[in-house]
Amino acid sequence: MRIVVCMKQTFDTEAKIALTADGLIDSTGVTLVVDPYSEFAVEKGIQFKEKFGGEVVIVCIGDTQAETAIRQCMAMGADRAVIVTDPAMDGSDQSATARVLAKAVISQEPDIILGGFKSVDSGSAQVMLRLAEILNLPHVNVVTNIEIGEGKAIATRELDDGVELVEVSLPAIFTAQQGLAEPRYPSVKGIMQAKKKELKRLTLADLDIDPTSVGPANAKVKIHGLTLPAPRKGGRIIGGEIPEATADLVKALRDEAKVI
Amino acid sequence: MAGVWVFAEAKDGKFRRVILEMLGEARKFADHLGEELWAVLVGSNVAELSSLLGEHGADKVLVMDNPNLAAYTTDVYAGVTLGLINTYQPTAVLFANSNMGRDLAPILAQKLDTGLITDLTGITYGPEILFKRPIYAGKALVELSFAANARPMLLTIRPKVFTPAEPQTGRQAEVITASADLNALTLRQVIKDVIRKASTRVDLTEADIVISGGRGMKNPENFKILEEVADILGAAVGASRAAVDEGWREPQYQVGQTGKVVSPQLYIAVGISGAIQHLAGMNSSKCIVAINKDPEAEIFKVADYGIVGDLFQVIPILKQELQQALASA
Repeated sequence: MRIVVCMKQTFDTEAKIALTADGLIDSTGVTLVVDPYSEFAVEKGIQFKEKFGGEVVIVCIGDTQAETAIRQCMAMGADRAVIVTDPAMDGSDQSATARVLAKAVISQEPDIILGGFKSVDSGSAQVMLRLAEILNLPHVNVVTNIEIGEGKAIATRELDDGVELVEVSLPAIFTAQQGLAEPRYPSVKGIMQAKKKELKRLTLADLDIDPTSVGPANAKVKIHGLTLPAPRKGGRIIGGEIPEATADLVKALRDEAKVI
Repeated sequence: MAGVWVFAEAKDGKFRRVILEMLGEARKFADHLGEELWAVLVGSNVAELSSLLGEHGADKVLVMDNPNLAAYTTDVYAGVTLGLINTYQPTAVLFANSNMGRDLAPILAQKLDTGLITDLTGITYGPEILFKRPIYAGKALVELSFAANARPMLLTIRPKVFTPAEPQTGRQAEVITASADLNALTLRQVIKDVIRKASTRVDLTEADIVISGGRGMKNPENFKILEEVADILGAAVGASRAAVDEGWREPQYQVGQTGKVVSPQLYIAVGISGAIQHLAGMNSSKCIVAINKDPEAEIFKVADYGIVGDLFQVIPILKQELQQALASA
């Protein structure tokens, strides 16, 4: 079984976000990690490989820094990786990203394709589904479990008020929600082996994609500017003994904040 | 033809509040463009909901009522909705940022080769319409616009942000009944089972009040005291990543940058230190209360009200005080 996992590198969720003088996201000093939702998918992929045999291939669009995240996935147990690095990709929207990803993914002839249902940075939650549509493959979105059967799989999809079990035939795409799999910590042996695993570097030209068909000029959605939300001011600590303080709190919520 | 559409997702003969919020904003959007506001009703036994949509501002209601549309599956709903869009050519289509909207909108965006802005939290109407959405779970905001050739504009709308439309009794929409040959669609997703939550508790992202517990809760059993307070307030119960990582609560209740982003009227953080990734998930709440025994906890820096003390002492008293306060209200 060949499992392809689409992986994105993002900021650590403990990172504070600041803007540069040009109004862009400032990445100075920020720790870059495997996106948590990608990581659930990577872990699930490795579990499938351990159970059914085969290999886990990481597919990533990113710059050379993203190779650190790829090695992390390899240290967890992924077998090899394909990274698409091309300056033309800077400022591409989800539509272009999905189109490039599609070419890279399908070249691996996957049985199962996994990825995060969203990322913790842009969080637009649409690339994996656009990918499914481009590849004309069935998908199940926002899943917390996948059971593999003969040529098909049943995935547990999150609903607003519960879950449903959805069956699709393979190959298919599944997008990971938190709870799908608990990512393992790489072993020392895993980290050592990761350094020697195959990492294939591709450009858009290698995928037969015209670099002028991606990027900001072709984006269907244009970025106008970034802002930071107004910082919250700390309020007041209600002092005194616990019973009095708690009573004061309830009064304040009712009479001052008017939220109960 | 044109129009701003609201995809009026209904469940058990009802709309979630976000649908009325979408109608409220879509009315402004349509008026700005000088176009009609259409509501689209797709499902089984939904036709009778048309009048409610008219009362809440829809000029036309496009109804696709079919017993085979009772349950959402991607291929059926995407096929049917694509047909409607191709027939009537709307300028924009708004979906709720629900599990249905999150699934349907990206598929349609790709089928239509157009743009999609998800999790919308604001629209600025000007010569160019700007759409605001959070990134990094709200640590930053981005303003976007659709390219001239990206039509229809597809959007998913975050609940609890926009002002719901006020009902106008007697206002009527023109109802257009549409039908589709569902047999012509390829169905690749088969629903084998649906398990609804036993809890009748309000959904985390739609709740007006959320009470969340963190590492300070010490064990899963202790969450019962938060549930008791939640019952009094009609609140949802959330958890920090620490509590979920410990296995005390299901991941679906996690509030944070991984997990759910909530913006209730009142957020009560109990035994939560206030890690940056948690703050990102609840920072936009109207009023934040923190209860923590550590006076240095980061959570106090964002809280409107704080009590420094042992939560196991505070919560039972809070429960009593709330009971009394709400009984006398």
